[in-house]
Amino acid sequence: MKVPLSWLKDFVDITIPVEELAHRLTMAGLEVEEITYVGLPMPKSDQRQETKISGIEWEPEKIVVGAVLEVMPHPNADRLVLCRLDDGKEEQIVLTGAPNLYPYKGIGPLPKPIMVAYAKEGAQIYDGHQPGQVLVTLKRAKIRGIDSYSMACSEKELGISDEHSGIIFLDDDAKAGTPLVEYMGDAVLDIAITPNIARDANILGVAREVSALTGASLRQPSFDMVTEGIPIEGSVSIEIREPVLNPRFVLGLIEGIEIKPSPYKIQRRLRLAGMRPINNIVDATNYVMLEIGQPLHAFDYDSLVKRVGGRSPTIITRRAKQNEKLTTLDNVERTLDDFSVMVCDTKGVVSIAGVMGGAETEINEATKSILLEGAAWNYINIRRTLTAQKFSSEAGYRFSRGVHPAMAERGVRRCLEFMRQWAGGKIRKGLVDNYPLPAHDPVVEITTHDVERWLGIRLSSPEIAEILSRLEFSVEINGDTIKAATPDHRMDIGEGVVGMADLMEEIARIYGYERIPETRMSDTLPPQRNNPYHDLEESARDDLVKLGLQEVVTYRMTSPEREVRCFPAGTPLEPRIYLKLANPIISERVVMRQSVLSGVLEAVERNARLQPRLALFEIGPVFLPVEGQLLPDEPRQLVIVLSGPRALPGWQPADTAPMDFFDMKGIIGEFLMGLHLPAPRCETAEHPTYHPGKCARLWLDDQEIGVFGELHPLLKERLELPETPVIAAELNLEAILAAIPQGYVVEGTPAFPPVLEDLAVVVDESLPAERVEMLIRESGGKIVIDVRLFDVYRDDKLGTNKKSLAYSITYQAQDRTLTDDEVAKIRKRIIHKLEEDLGAKLRS
Amino acid sequence: MLSQLEQIEKKALADLESVKNEGSLAEWHVAHLGRNAPIMQVFDKLGQLAKDERPVIGRRANEIKRTLEAAEAERSGQLRQAALSQALQSERLDVTMPGRQVPHGRLHPSTRTLRRIIHIFAEMGFQVYRSHDVETDEYNFQLLNFPPFHPAREMQDSFYMAGDYPKNNPLLLRTHTSPGQIRSMREYASMDPKNPPPIRIVLPGMCYRYEQISARSEIQFNQVEGLAVGEHITFSDLKGTLTDFARRMFGAQVRSRFRAAHFPFTEPSAEMDIECFVCGGMGCPVCKRTGWLEILGCGMVHPVVLQNGGYDPRRFSGYAFGMGSERVAMLIHRIDDIRNFWMNDLRFLEQF
Ligand SMILES: [Zn+2]
Repeated sequence: MKVPLSWLKDFVDITIPVEELAHRLTMAGLEVEEITYVGLPMPKSDQRQETKISGIEWEPEKIVVGAVLEVMPHPNADRLVLCRLDDGKEEQIVLTGAPNLYPYKGIGPLPKPIMVAYAKEGAQIYDGHQPGQVLVTLKRAKIRGIDSYSMACSEKELGISDEHSGIIFLDDDAKAGTPLVEYMGDAVLDIAITPNIARDANILGVAREVSALTGASLRQPSFDMVTEGIPIEGSVSIEIREPVLNPRFVLGLIEGIEIKPSPYKIQRRLRLAGMRPINNIVDATNYVMLEIGQPLHAFDYDSLVKRVGGRSPTIITRRAKQNEKLTTLDNVERTLDDFSVMVCDTKGVVSIAGVMGGAETEINEATKSILLEGAAWNYINIRRTLTAQKFSSEAGYRFSRGVHPAMAERGVRRCLEFMRQWAGGKIRKGLVDNYPLPAHDPVVEITTHDVERWLGIRLSSPEIAEILSRLEFSVEINGDTIKAATPDHRMDIGEGVVGMADLMEEIARIYGYERIPETRMSDTLPPQRNNPYHDLEESARDDLVKLGLQEVVTYRMTSPEREVRCFPAGTPLEPRIYLKLANPIISERVVMRQSVLSGVLEAVERNARLQPRLALFEIGPVFLPVEGQLLPDEPRQLVIVLSGPRALPGWQPADTAPMDFFDMKGIIGEFLMGLHLPAPRCETAEHPTYHPGKCARLWLDDQEIGVFGELHPLLKERLELPETPVIAAELNLEAILAAIPQGYVVEGTPAFPPVLEDLAVVVDESLPAERVEMLIRESGGKIVIDVRLFDVYRDDKLGTNKKSLAYSITYQAQDRTLTDDEVAKIRKRIIHKLEEDLGAKLRS
Repeated sequence: MLSQLEQIEKKALADLESVKNEGSLAEWHVAHLGRNAPIMQVFDKLGQLAKDERPVIGRRANEIKRTLEAAEAERSGQLRQAALSQALQSERLDVTMPGRQVPHGRLHPSTRTLRRIIHIFAEMGFQVYRSHDVETDEYNFQLLNFPPFHPAREMQDSFYMAGDYPKNNPLLLRTHTSPGQIRSMREYASMDPKNPPPIRIVLPGMCYRYEQISARSEIQFNQVEGLAVGEHITFSDLKGTLTDFARRMFGAQVRSRFRAAHFPFTEPSAEMDIECFVCGGMGCPVCKRTGWLEILGCGMVHPVVLQNGGYDPRRFSGYAFGMGSERVAMLIHRIDDIRNFWMNDLRFLEQF
């Protein structure tokens, strides 16, 4: 909300600099997002600006009030005029093209001078002809043969608004020669209003906060009106059908008004606050809304009377029928929902409550009598209506956040009085006030102990009472207890313990968060427990990083099309049942992912051209809807992708061969071993993503933990992947982590030497190497502590479809030095078993 | 005989002078101290000498043998020394050549930052509690004191799930980690509903907001929430804990400040700013010249939320805070575009 400082000062004295004021408000929860200077001197542009600052300052000597004494035609240009202007010291000839001076052209000396904002030679103002705000310095120039060196300014040139269709006509109280900054220099605070301080979405509300924060007293606005008309009784009546939706409806009547522009001061304030002046009547409603927060609606009273054939109109408020139609002021036919509230007369609908009026009863140039509505509405209904109608307005903004019903009457009174002052006419005596559901303003009791328990500060009851009364709570002290009655301008204070919290916030804010000490918790420390799942997942990440893998994190929202890219084109797939977004923001993120691989492969694609070697992993959830369960399962997957040389070429010899299936197998094996899991069982597998000959399924006991392999050549064609083979693994992290033993025991350092021996056997090409190793271990018994395949050799001399596998075997006993005989015996047993079970032949 | 001995010694020492390496030293040894060396032959012949000559010659021969042995040892030492200096001279590396490459991996910056945050709170007794990414409206909003149609909901635009869900409780992607507050409180309270235990937890996790992706906002981001509930938890404790956190996370000198703010699930609520650690509070582009950086939102747990969690607000109080860990990482590492985090360009990731 934009708050002009001059307006704020109507209600509270401000003696601190504007930036200091902005700081205090910001600290108290009214965040000042920007200060726009409109005339007042700006702070010296030092490096630090706690609040963003913009705007213009008016030099007191160079920009002053001027009095236009006569408007004369320009000898050489129809669209320009020459003004004889008194700048307070001497007369100047000022050249201008302002259309609002044309009517005065050539009529001789003006009967009453027109007061304007006069910028002298050398003054800095904004360029009126350029878009946006561009500073220029006024320089002497000849325009169509006439010297021009100064200017009567428009609002745009002075930074008040972007209005540039004419020059400013000041009010009559302006005196020629007064520095303009003295007359109307201002600064506008742009304050972010959070929902809890809806009561502050008006000048008075902010002034109340300033008063509470600085200790300066608040000057209450007057709600008195001069009523010279006959009593209002009988001129209009009100019928409220649903008080819950419309707790209060107040009407006042003023007759004999004249529609014309508002005083310039009012127009300027409206513009600074971000509203467009229309005429004195509309401006009065907007002015009061901005000032005290009560939106108002002005009806043309005579047209209401005419609608019902000259009788006294009855205003009816009711819930709309579902799909009821109304053409609103903006000429849109609107279809309403049954949560919207309508203001009607006996003839039909006249407006959507709190949101927008209908055309027929709107005021116009000829309007003479105003029926002024001030009402209270249920904010939820207003809010839903605004959302449904995709409409927003200043009134809607306030009503949708809650306006206290007490403000309805105050708003009507203050507004009628402004109308009388600005538009003439007579206000009828009294108001028609229907208030079927009086507001309940909670009375909350708190104690000094509560404050200490909550905030950690010890305040006396008078101190607490003082803070609350500065915010207009009525307080009563009874020992340590303070009873605070909520003032009738706010609706955010709850009952009971909720109300206590609401008061705590007010006490803390006004006392000052910065004055509350910093303490370390003295409360009991809860029993300390680990989160084993989290800990294991994090240690899994560490292990993967140690294995040379880079962690990536990809989007958890994706599209089915993106996920299908994990398979070769044309692969027949079972359709996945996705968790779908109802309101996706981009077309490629419409469902929750079920494949982590597709995201990681996208990361591979992104980096393929930039990095020769890729070794990536991601740990993250996939989202699986489960029948009969509200929330989906979110099991975590681990995906690893490798591609490129095993090592980058350097100046020393390096293994630059491309990584392959066995690099991945090595990484997985090492990873699981690091988690103290046994080596997984590997089984040839078929999977559309992978090369049919280079794909394996992994098992831990009888639990499948994932699949890995080299990507299928057809899939590689589909994606923009590196030339080198791409090897991927998709592992079920949940199953892996669940299998990790709680603890593990280790052997001490052996006291006796091991015996190392090599053993090479020739077996069928088709025999999985794993079986040979397993058999060596089995038949060797626990003396065999390590079996390592160190060579695979193929040669025709071995026989067709044969291979030689060479193992290095470590024999070790814990309790003795093994003798040659012992080892020979075990070795013999192993060989025998290999020959017997696998048809292996010892290679000499 | 004696003069013969003198000759032997003289010759041997003269020959030793010309020995230039270990090999010729070995030859010299054979020639002058070996079995058939002249001095050894003198010993062999001792028995043939006259009885009175024997001790004189024998003593002298022994002296000479010791002299030669000492000379040999010295020479050998000299030769080793010379060989070593020569070797050291010739074995010089170009130390400016690159070291051998070690394949390396790194954690994602989000993981690293989450861990640092969690670690600091863990040392204060906060334990990790995790909950779902997909939530119900009830947990994400209603139980946290955001009634339906409440204006505060507009501050957190949500991704809703399409499907046949109850109208008043649709599924959505959590907009913050705060639903974990209710889930954890209910879990703790269920242990002993009459006397619920105190709580001190941190809740890390991915959150989602319906926002245009830009340099400043992402549709997914990690948040770390903290929650402390007990019978004596105060706003001053909140300030103390978070100020300690800021000092450990951003630097021992960093000052913090707390501004009043609004979140429906805390009251009083605050935003914590830290003094800009880039410019020391003097104003710079990182802090947009304000001298302060917004770090997190926090506040005392709202009584309605305590109640919904199973903790009686008249007896218990608590505080909660939440921060975006990517934002924290961005400040620490001066990253000016949040999109870097999920782009997974290794040129970015490898710098962490
Ligand atoms: Zn800075």
